[in-house]
Amino acid sequence: MAYDIEIILNRQLADCLSIPVFITDTKGNLLFYNEPAEEILGKRFEDTGEMPVEIWSTIFKTKEFDGSDIHPKDLPLVKTLTEQLPFHKTFLMESLLGKSEKISLTSYPIIGRTGKFLGAVAIFWRQKEE
Amino acid sequence: MKITLWGVRGSIPTSGPDTRHYGGNTPCIEVSEDGWTLILDAGSGMQRLNSSIKLENKRVDILLTHLHFDHIQGLGFFKALFNPEMEVHIWGPASTLTSLRSRLGKYFSPPLFPVHFRDLPCKLHLHEVENSTFTIGPFVINSRYVTHLGPTIGFRISDKHAVLSYIPDHEPALGPKGLSKDLKWLSGSDLALNSDLLLHDGQFSSEEYKNKVGWGHCSMEDATAFAALAGVKHLMLFHHDPSHTDQQLDKLFRDINHIKGGKMKLDLAVEGTEINLPKVVK
Ligand SMILES: [Zn+2]
Ligand SMILES: [Zn+2]
Repeated sequence: MAYDIEIILNRQLADCLSIPVFITDTKGNLLFYNEPAEEILGKRFEDTGEMPVEIWSTIFKTKEFDGSDIHPKDLPLVKTLTEQLPFHKTFLMESLLGKSEKISLTSYPIIGRTGKFLGAVAIFWRQKEE
Repeated sequence: MKITLWGVRGSIPTSGPDTRHYGGNTPCIEVSEDGWTLILDAGSGMQRLNSSIKLENKRVDILLTHLHFDHIQGLGFFKALFNPEMEVHIWGPASTLTSLRSRLGKYFSPPLFPVHFRDLPCKLHLHEVENSTFTIGPFVINSRYVTHLGPTIGFRISDKHAVLSYIPDHEPALGPKGLSKDLKWLSGSDLALNSDLLLHDGQFSSEEYKNKVGWGHCSMEDATAFAALAGVKHLMLFHHDPSHTDQQLDKLFRDINHIKGGKMKLDLAVEGTEINLPKVVK
């Protein structure tokens, strides 16, 4: 079964962008991530293909600015998947080299022509080091 | 399943000595089985269909892929619409905000057309479809949104003998990497999968397509690769560019000979062709 056209077109767009983009289904399973996102994830889409939500969600180590853990339900993508609305948050993320990096994440729901919720897109914005 | 191609040209009717062989009428296909008739799109080919169509069971179903003018311009001239005994069903793509009735009503109203929708004497039924499955007489039909401009669907029509796929306006290669080899990421692939006959957009040569990316159409090469990936048995390239003469179409077709390969039968759609599926008779 082919993906909905709205998912396919989001991937085509992501493929053209220099910002990291992750595309999930309605459950949060990772359907696609583009090349800039491969750098964040430390994996290549070519190698992993799709990834179940339980696996890819544990790769990121996120923290509030005061060093406390972020509750998963406060992460923008998780909120988008439950509420079908866009969300945005800036937080600290531990990079693959163990360094803390300031990251902003914007997520939005993919709602198709007929109003059907089809999945979500998460865009990572890396903050420039001052 | 008997299929008659009444219009195979894209964009605008193009009649004249230079297009006599492939034909100049815009998309209109008649599909019949056991006295039931489907009409795929209502381009200017509808006028030729008018003179030959036999409506045995007082019902006819028109399946519109989208509402670009080349696919609806013949609709107002379809004789069954003016027959109070006829039951006419029009199936078309659902859109986000506007109903099919109000979108078609823009055409069926002055100054574009003298007759209002509400004044048509036939028994008219409108159906909005999306990624849907529905049954009409002996036909099971799947519709799915495909990559084009505006809400556009393609159809997969099955009866007990054969499968016909119809995707006349389609740009499956849109994106920086062109056509996906992974069927899951390929727009329209499940409509075309293993079908006996696929009528598919083949508007441009690959050279022309380079300057027409995002226009919603397909090169002959991409259409051929798309059909091969989907395991289609017979591909007819469809929606010929209005600027292509018979001579140019012949040349473009010769140029893609090298990619034919495999078992798939490949040719250019010719207006007036009758096909009996699964047996092909020209
Ligand atoms: Zn068209
Ligand atoms: Zn079109």
